[in-house]
Amino acid sequence: MKTFRKGGIHPSENKLSAGAAIEEFALPDVVVLPLSQHIGAPATPVVAVGDHVVVGQLVAEATGFVSARVHASVSGTVVAIEPRLNPQGIKQPAIVIRREEDQWAPEIDRSQRVVTECVLSGAEIIEKIRRAGIVGLGGATFPTHVKLTIPAGRKAEFVIVNGAECEPYLTSDQRVMTERSGEVVEGARLLAKALGVTRVLIGIENNKPEAIARMTEAAARYPEIEVVPLRMKYPQGGEKQLIAALTGREVPPPPALPIDVGAVVSNASTVLAVYEAVQKDKPLVERVVTVTGKGLKEPKNLLVRLGTPMSALIEVAGGLPEGDCKVLGGGPMMGRAMIQLDAPVTKGCSGITVLSGADASRQPAQTCIKCAKCVAACPMGLEPYLLSKGAQRQKWEALEAGDVTSCIECGCCQATCPAHLPLLDWIRLGKQTVSGMIRARAMAQTSRK
Amino acid sequence: MEVLLFTVLTLCALGVLSAVVLYFVARRFRVEEDPRIDEVEKMLPGANCGGCGFAGCRGMADALVTHEDISALYCPVGGAECMNRVASYLGKSAPVKEAQTATVRCGGACAQRPRTNTYDGARSCAVAASLYAGETGCAFGCVGFGDCVKVCTFGALRMNPQTGLPEVDPEKCTACGACVKACPKHIIELRKRWPGNRAVYVSCVSHDRGAAVMKACKAGCIGCGKCVKVCPFGAITLDKNLAYIDPQKCRLCRKCVNECPTGAIVLSNMKPLPVDKVQVKE
Repeated sequence: MKTFRKGGIHPSENKLSAGAAIEEFALPDVVVLPLSQHIGAPATPVVAVGDHVVVGQLVAEATGFVSARVHASVSGTVVAIEPRLNPQGIKQPAIVIRREEDQWAPEIDRSQRVVTECVLSGAEIIEKIRRAGIVGLGGATFPTHVKLTIPAGRKAEFVIVNGAECEPYLTSDQRVMTERSGEVVEGARLLAKALGVTRVLIGIENNKPEAIARMTEAAARYPEIEVVPLRMKYPQGGEKQLIAALTGREVPPPPALPIDVGAVVSNASTVLAVYEAVQKDKPLVERVVTVTGKGLKEPKNLLVRLGTPMSALIEVAGGLPEGDCKVLGGGPMMGRAMIQLDAPVTKGCSGITVLSGADASRQPAQTCIKCAKCVAACPMGLEPYLLSKGAQRQKWEALEAGDVTSCIECGCCQATCPAHLPLLDWIRLGKQTVSGMIRARAMAQTSRK
Repeated sequence: MEVLLFTVLTLCALGVLSAVVLYFVARRFRVEEDPRIDEVEKMLPGANCGGCGFAGCRGMADALVTHEDISALYCPVGGAECMNRVASYLGKSAPVKEAQTATVRCGGACAQRPRTNTYDGARSCAVAASLYAGETGCAFGCVGFGDCVKVCTFGALRMNPQTGLPEVDPEKCTACGACVKACPKHIIELRKRWPGNRAVYVSCVSHDRGAAVMKACKAGCIGCGKCVKVCPFGAITLDKNLAYIDPQKCRLCRKCVNECPTGAIVLSNMKPLPVDKVQVKE
């Protein structure tokens, strides 16, 4: 069975919610839609306070090419356009809508029928994806239409559907692939058509046999689509790791992109959103969120309107446990701890993990014994202990030479460190600083020209 | 014996040859350097702190010698005395700059600003600030891991364990600005240094609205604007719910200190205004 070659670890799976079917979450009374739910420039509001909006109506237009639209996720009145706290306690501009009824935009097809025919051209498909405000729903939130716009001189050979979901605890993609396999397969075909590609690979880790079976069944009609079971290893769902696992090709270090080896990777939930946008004219207004963790009584997979407060989701799953706990946006490996649970669900929120007791806190850091476990675990072939030290000593040039910008922030180094050192914390700081330096240098160069 | 002689002679010949080559190379590529640069470098404090904007004292010395007008160059560590000495040696007019000291503009001590969560990542302000708002309800205030203390080469900063905030020793502070750069929350400011280290400043940088500030911290500026009205010198401005006292216009009259309802305006090394002039406050 296939997997990627370099590094990787095997954290406990803890897929508590794997058997929980997707439930539609009750409509929230108020939604908060941040203008920046994606990588790139924040969107610009096109509604004013007091306006009445319906579900699926455009409320904020993309600002420039690398940006994404935001649509109303409930029908009602816009009550405020103001900075609101994000999960990390920092204010970011957002549109606040108070819900009245549940009125959808008339062009949206809400029937369950799976549409298999598509008469649109590739460019039209990409335009529909852009208009729907779709971004990578796996967590990276990179605008999908930008990813599908292939730079001149490159050619896509594969569409890869990322169904690895290697992150412990999270099961949203798994449930989407199990329950809506037909639509995901149609979405993958649309992506292939948009790119003019004849080969689609769907990579799913072998701890999801039901999803593999359903997807294989749904894809059986189409010879160009192949469902590939993958041997479990974290971070298989990393774009570069998945490409390596499925095609054996290695993406060179930045600024190279997956398209340089002919691959375009999209997460399974994103592919479902693409299908809905193209065939049902439905913009990205809801997503599946896993609410899980050993601290919760009833781990669930919920279909949630964007902008719903996360605290409401936690309440439905049994509420926060007694005592101190850690609430993560995402899973335990890549998730970020949250301090504002009233913050809204955004496009990139694939799960909420509640850890309690001993899981909730880190072990005290000790001294590095140079065991090099982090080097062996790094799926990008970096030297995490050196990068971490370099960031502490502010040796930015050394970090750049050590290829810190290649770091995918998967957290393998930190998870495997026997001294419990906060390696990733420092490397992330180093990566931010070095990326800033590289950008500044590029700016200086262009302005000199 | 013959082998030994041959070896010694070969090495000698090589040595002579290299000496000749090096002689011509050194003449051909000789760099003319002003001897005054060495002298000026000796006059500078030798802290290599970078407070002047150059990488070290050598760079500063080079600039002092080569620049015609040195009014824009200033060594904050050596101060006026050092600059005067350098200027008289070089026969140029010394740059004039008022004395400054680093000022920590956050009064959110542990007692005033309750913790709302616990951070257990790397003990660094830069890392914590890049991750989230901080351990308290205030997203603007000091995160308290002492990055400023770590960068201070003069031992002028220390963390006060009682308040959880850094404290500046104005006697040791040279206003090199290293802490200002290191603080990810931009709390530390270089302000005019009055005789006796007297100071009046707004010890808060929160742009939150009053209610949010009150909820997060008892010592924060709520942007009420009372200080702006009472200031007879027009030194105080209010921008995005935050008062700021211009150190150039402030004359230490202390009226604002008595007016401030939260105690965000801090008075140091000075007595407050006499009691009969103080309005009764809750």
